Amino acid sequence: MTIKKFVVGCFDDEDVLFPAVKKVRKEGYKIQDVYTPFPVHGLDKELGMRDTSLHTAGFIYALTGLTTALGFISWILTMDWVQNYGGKPHFSLAAWIPIMFELTVLFSGVGMTLTFCYLCQLAPFVKKHHFHPGATDDKFVMVIECTSKTNVQEAEAFLAAAGAKEVNVQMAETGWWLGRYDMNRKLFDQQTGVVTA
Amino acid sequence: MVKQQFETPAKYKKWTYGLLAIGLVAFLAGFFFLGLSKDEHDQTRFWAGLLQNSLYFLMICNACMFFICINILGHASWHTTFRRIPEAISAVVPVFAVAALVVFLAIIMGHQHHIYHWIDKDAVASDKILSWKKGFLNPAFFLIWTIITLGVWTLVGRKIRQLSRQSDAGEITGEEARRYIWNNTVWAGIFVVFFALTTGSTIPWLWLMSIDAHWYSTMYSWYTFMSSFVGGLSLIALFVIFLKNKGYLEHTTREQLHDIGKYIFAFSIFWAYLWFSQFMLIWYANIPEETIYFKPRVQGVYKAIFWINFIVNFIAPILILMTRGSKRNYAVMTFMALLLVLGHWLDFYQMVAPGALGDHYNLGWYEFGTLALFSGLLMFFTGRALAKAPLVPENHPYFKESLIHHT
Repeated sequence: MTIKKFVVGCFDDEDVLFPAVKKVRKEGYKIQDVYTPFPVHGLDKELGMRDTSLHTAGFIYALTGLTTALGFISWILTMDWVQNYGGKPHFSLAAWIPIMFELTVLFSGVGMTLTFCYLCQLAPFVKKHHFHPGATDDKFVMVIECTSKTNVQEAEAFLAAAGAKEVNVQMAETGWWLGRYDMNRKLFDQQTGVVTA
Repeated sequence: MVKQQFETPAKYKKWTYGLLAIGLVAFLAGFFFLGLSKDEHDQTRFWAGLLQNSLYFLMICNACMFFICINILGHASWHTTFRRIPEAISAVVPVFAVAALVVFLAIIMGHQHHIYHWIDKDAVASDKILSWKKGFLNPAFFLIWTIITLGVWTLVGRKIRQLSRQSDAGEITGEEARRYIWNNTVWAGIFVVFFALTTGSTIPWLWLMSIDAHWYSTMYSWYTFMSSFVGGLSLIALFVIFLKNKGYLEHTTREQLHDIGKYIFAFSIFWAYLWFSQFMLIWYANIPEETIYFKPRVQGVYKAIFWINFIVNFIAPILILMTRGSKRNYAVMTFMALLLVLGHWLDFYQMVAPGALGDHYNLGWYEFGTLALFSGLLMFFTGRALAKAPLVPENHPYFKESLIHHT
C-alpha cells in the first residue's frame, strides 16, 4: 500500500470537534476520517459521508438464503427423496416457512457480519496504522489527508486554530498489513512537536 | 415561540362532520333495515358490524396508551416531543368503551346467540365443550370482567395523562424531576401489567375468540394485540404527520418519524409471525376441531379477505417500509399508515364475521358506513383532546434529549 502524509489533530471535546469539522471541510481540506472513542451522533452527516450499503448487501444475502432454503427443500422433498409426512402434500410450503425463515436470517446475519468486517478491514492478524492511541480512550482524532498541493504548515496551524489540542504530521500506510503488532515499530518517519495556537 | 395550542382546521372539521354524517346515516339505515329486521341474519349483521368497529377502535386507541407506557418504562426520551398525540388519541378510550359496553349489553341482553353462541343456555347444557368452558364463558363473568377492564383502562389512562400535564405548570428540575419520572413509571407499570392481563390474554378470548365458541388458540390474544398495536402506531403516525403539515410540532422531525416507522415495520412482521404460527400449528396437527376455524377463511368464502389481509398487513409494510428513505418520507408513511389502519380493520372483520355470519357475509354499505361513523368519532374526540393540552411538553425532564434525537 502507499504511504501518504497526514496532518493529525487531537480534540478533547465534541463541542469543539463539530465546528472544527465544518470549518476544515469548508476550507477545502480532505478529511480522511475522524477517530472517536465512541459513536458520535451526527458526525457522519457532518463529515459528508454517504449512507452505508451494508443493508442492501444484507437484503441480497437474505434473498439468497430464502431461495437456497426453498430450492433445496423443494428439491429434496418433491424430487430427490419423496416421502409421505403425515399425509401432507409433498410440496407443503407452510411446513417449510420456519426453515426458510431461519436460512434467511442465517445468511443475512453471517453475510452482513463478514461484509462489515471486510468494509472495516477487520480480521485476525490484520494491522492498521493508529494515528493516536487516545482515539480509543478520550480523544477525538481528526486526520487530514495531504495532497501535493497541501501546505502542511498552514494545515497544522489551521487545525490548531480550530481547537485541536495536539497537532502533528504523520507518514502512514493507508491500508492494512499482516504481521505481529510491534509497539516500537516506526510507523511514521517524522513527528513534529506540539503546535499551539 | 412554539405553537402550543391546537386549533382544529376547517378541513379537519369538514372531514369529521362528513364522516359522522355518512356514518350516522348508515347507522340509522342499518338499525331500521337490519337491526329491526325480522331476519336473524340481518340482525346479526347489524350487531357484528358494531361489535367489530367498536372493539377495533377501542383497542387501537388503548394501544396508544400502551405505546406511551412502554416508552415510559423503557425510560425512552425520543417520543417526548410528540407524546401529546398518543395521549390525545388514548383520551378517546372512554367514548369507545361506552360504545363497546352498549354493544355487549345489547348482544347479551338481546340474546344475539349467532354472535356469542355461549349465551344460549340450552345449547350450552347439551354441549360438552361449551359446558366445560362455562366457568369462563358465561354472561355474568363476561360483563363483570369487561366492565372492570374498561374502567381500569379509562381510569389509569386518565391518571397517566394527568401526570403528563403536571409538567405544563413550569420547569421541573432535580429531585422534583426524579419524582415526576418515578410517578410516571409506577403508573405506566400498573397499566402495562393490567394490559397484559386484558389485551394480552383474557379480553380477546372473551370478546372475539368466543365468537367461535368451540374453538380456541393460545396465539389468539397476542395476534389481536399485535393487530391493534400496529393500528394504534399507524394512527399516531397519521396524526403526527397531519400536525406537522399544519405547522405544529416543530420539534418533531424525520428522526422521530423514522422511529415510528421502525415500530410499524417491526410489529407488522411480528403480527405476521403470529398470524403464521397460529395457522401453521393448526394446519400441521390437522385436528378437525381446530381446522374448522380456518376452513371458511382459507378455503371458503372469506378466502379473498384472508389473503388481502395478509398482503396488506405484511407484504406491503415489509417491502415498502424496509428502506430508510421510505420511513423518513411523509407521503409514503401517510400512505402506509392509512393502509394499515384499514388493513387491521379488515383483520378484525375476518375475526368477527365468519363465526357470526357464516358463509353469507356482506361487506357492504353498512360495514363501511359504520367504519365512517367510528372514524368520525375518533377524529372528533381526538381533535377535542388535542386542543385541551399544550401540544409539546416543553418542561418534561427528557425533552432536551428528545430534541437531539438522532436515528
